[in-house]
Amino acid sequence: MAQNTTVPTAGHDEHHHENTVVFGFWVYLMTDCIIFGSLFATFAVLRNQFNGGPTPHELFEFGGLGLETALLLLSSITYGFGMIAAHKTQISKVIMWLGVTFLLGLGFVGLEVREFAHMIADGAGPDRSAFLSAFFTLVSTHGLHVTCGLIWIVTLMVQLMGTTEIPERMMNKLTCLSLFWHFLDIVWICVFTYVYLASMI
Amino acid sequence: MLGRLSLSAIPLDVPILVGTFIGVLIVGVAVLGLITYYGKWGYLWKEWFTSVDHKRLAVMYIVLALVALARGFADAIMMRTQLALAYAGNPGYLPPHHYDQIFSAHGTIMIFFLAMAFMTGLFNFIVPLQIGARDVAYPFLNNLSFWMTAVAFMLVNVSLFIGEFSQCGWLAYPPLSEMQFSPGVGVDYYIWAIQISGVGTLLTGVNFFVTIVKMRAPGMSWLKMPVFTWTAFCSSILIMATFPVLTVAVALLGLDRYFGMHFFTNDGGGNQMLYLNLIWAWGHPEVYILVLPAFGVFSEVVPAFSGKPLFGYKTMVYATCSIMVLSFLVWVHHFFTMGAGPDVNAFFGIATMIISIPTGVKLFNWLFTMYKGRIQYHACMYWAVGFMVVFTIGGMTGVMMAIPGSDFVLHNSLFLIAHFHNVIIGGVYFGYVCGMNFWAPKVLGFKMNEAWGIRAFWFWLVGFFFAFMPLYVLGFEGMTRRINHYDNPAWHPWMLIAEVGAVLILFGVVCQLMQIFVSIRDCNKPENRDFTGDPWNGRTLEWSTSSPPPVYNYAIVPHVSTLDAFTHDKENGIDTRQAGGQYEAIHMPKNTASGICAGAFALIFGFAAVWYIWWLAAIGLVGVIATVIARSANKDIDYYIPAEEVARIENEHTRKLMAQAAE
Repeated sequence: MAQNTTVPTAGHDEHHHENTVVFGFWVYLMTDCIIFGSLFATFAVLRNQFNGGPTPHELFEFGGLGLETALLLLSSITYGFGMIAAHKTQISKVIMWLGVTFLLGLGFVGLEVREFAHMIADGAGPDRSAFLSAFFTLVSTHGLHVTCGLIWIVTLMVQLMGTTEIPERMMNKLTCLSLFWHFLDIVWICVFTYVYLASMI
Repeated sequence: MLGRLSLSAIPLDVPILVGTFIGVLIVGVAVLGLITYYGKWGYLWKEWFTSVDHKRLAVMYIVLALVALARGFADAIMMRTQLALAYAGNPGYLPPHHYDQIFSAHGTIMIFFLAMAFMTGLFNFIVPLQIGARDVAYPFLNNLSFWMTAVAFMLVNVSLFIGEFSQCGWLAYPPLSEMQFSPGVGVDYYIWAIQISGVGTLLTGVNFFVTIVKMRAPGMSWLKMPVFTWTAFCSSILIMATFPVLTVAVALLGLDRYFGMHFFTNDGGGNQMLYLNLIWAWGHPEVYILVLPAFGVFSEVVPAFSGKPLFGYKTMVYATCSIMVLSFLVWVHHFFTMGAGPDVNAFFGIATMIISIPTGVKLFNWLFTMYKGRIQYHACMYWAVGFMVVFTIGGMTGVMMAIPGSDFVLHNSLFLIAHFHNVIIGGVYFGYVCGMNFWAPKVLGFKMNEAWGIRAFWFWLVGFFFAFMPLYVLGFEGMTRRINHYDNPAWHPWMLIAEVGAVLILFGVVCQLMQIFVSIRDCNKPENRDFTGDPWNGRTLEWSTSSPPPVYNYAIVPHVSTLDAFTHDKENGIDTRQAGGQYEAIHMPKNTASGICAGAFALIFGFAAVWYIWWLAAIGLVGVIATVIARSANKDIDYYIPAEEVARIENEHTRKLMAQAAE
């Protein structure tokens, strides 16, 4: 009796432990989702408080925005290629795709910083009006997440270099980052739709 | 170089603070000196500070909570004394500048560092044991959470001696908390303390949620889960759903202050009521985060000391879950006076009253559990029965305030203060102390002294009524909260009675400290030691392992077939431990210094950000990130306890059990 119960339990336990990493990270992402939800709500409350300052029509231009969006969406695909390579244990390919994802993400952040710099130079900084406070905070919270993702990508690239296999712990990290990266894509689609598109109409 | 920090930030002109500082210094030097003298630093570092064992972290959380209690209570009795004196021209002994810091610190400390730390301590104590797990899902994060909470509390206390604390109440409402009206460092201390401890709490929520979902013993389906675990589960969900909102609210206030933004300012299009909505969207669920685990404690204690299973287990679970859901739908009752209109106020008023239904279900369940039970009046039972009386009164005054019309009269009066102390002391605090008395033998291996526990209870109970019933009266007489002095002669006698109550509660606190002292002093007396692991004839799994449990909790993970699994096993002659079974090597996490290291950097970051010392803040932030990255690269994070070692520990315990049974 004792033997029957202990052996599978021990294995079961280990199995659980590995699963919990990705599950827990997913749960954590849901709490992050609530952070974004609160910021969207804040933006919704303050979106018309221009304080006599510039309005979305004067500020937003679709050219740069389209490019930003394209870069970020593309980076989700390249990360997906990286995961496919990871499942096949093709480590050099994983590093390569992570590198491509990193460059695309970096491009996104660069464009965003440039857009912000322009706005601030034109006197439309976050201290100009409640609308701009809400805009800068929401969009740059997303940008800050992408930046964290970039640091994370570099960390994993370094940890992967020179290894010949992908142990379970590494696979978990790659999967978590994958969740994070796609999550940021989804948030960006909401930002793009609700902050930019809806303000322009 | 040092930002806003200069020597003038040290309040040498306030004798109370200088005296406190000297006192803290003497006690601090004495404690550190004793640790050094006995050469315990290595022990503390290896066995406690870097520990990832949930039982060790539980003890550290509760020690933190008790220190916070001392600080928060000192603030409370100072306020009561001020109001007993500061009447009819007498300014009292606390100038408004100082008094305002004290009530802000009192609320902040009591909620975030007494109640939350105590609650997390109880989760850590019991949840893994109760579900038959060997640890929580993320032991390292558990350690990190503790240090984030601890350093945040340190930051609050640093504000005593360097600079000042917030003067804007425990929720720092704008516009008062904005730069325009609070240019000092007080609100910034508040902001960073909340944010840093918020990280810890959020990770705790995720940790226990995943632990309960993924790591229950085989056979423990949802409706076989003990009620305390259910309440911890619902609390964790509430933490995950609402702490991010708190983080956002306080972050936006910080952005206003640090970058001149206009979320809540008077000018620039800011909206103060947005802050109130955000903060209470967290704040109301927060009180259920705190009180649900207290309900869970009573649901374990009352059956254990009534010798009966809990009456209406399923209704208890449904009631807990419905309170969890309803708690999201009531936040506007904190500011009916906002003027949202009759429809909105009616909705939130009715939603608030509906919460009293599941709460009433719970009360009747506990009463019916006691009905025809073989009740033992252990100290735990005193706290439980006292809770039922006090909490019911507090609940009813809550329903009174849920009527928008009467809330317009009572809003921000002392009636409100009386109400929430009534539910938080009577519900949360009584519950946690009850839990501590109940589970102490499990965690420490010895029972807490009962006589001092009962004395503490009576002082707390009687002191509570003396301290807070007058506040209900004063609320009706129009006395508002946060007043520094007053002229109305009709209020003075009531304030004197409240002061008497505060002194009685002081005796209660002293009795509790005595209880802890006496319990530790007498811990080796045979009548206090818990050799069996089951001192109260408990019903749930945690009582089946030894006290204190081995580091791995269960050598062989127990199998659960019913609710109250341990009682079922005892009645059917099943050995839950499966002693003498085939032991296997057990996989365990290694201790780590990453948590305390990240905590130290977070403290540096918080302090530097308060004082605008940007280079130091950068070091702190980079330090936190670097610690996390280094941790992620560390491969040496776990080890195996060999099967022979497990067998040795288990056989030792079995031998003790046999010896006990033979006596």
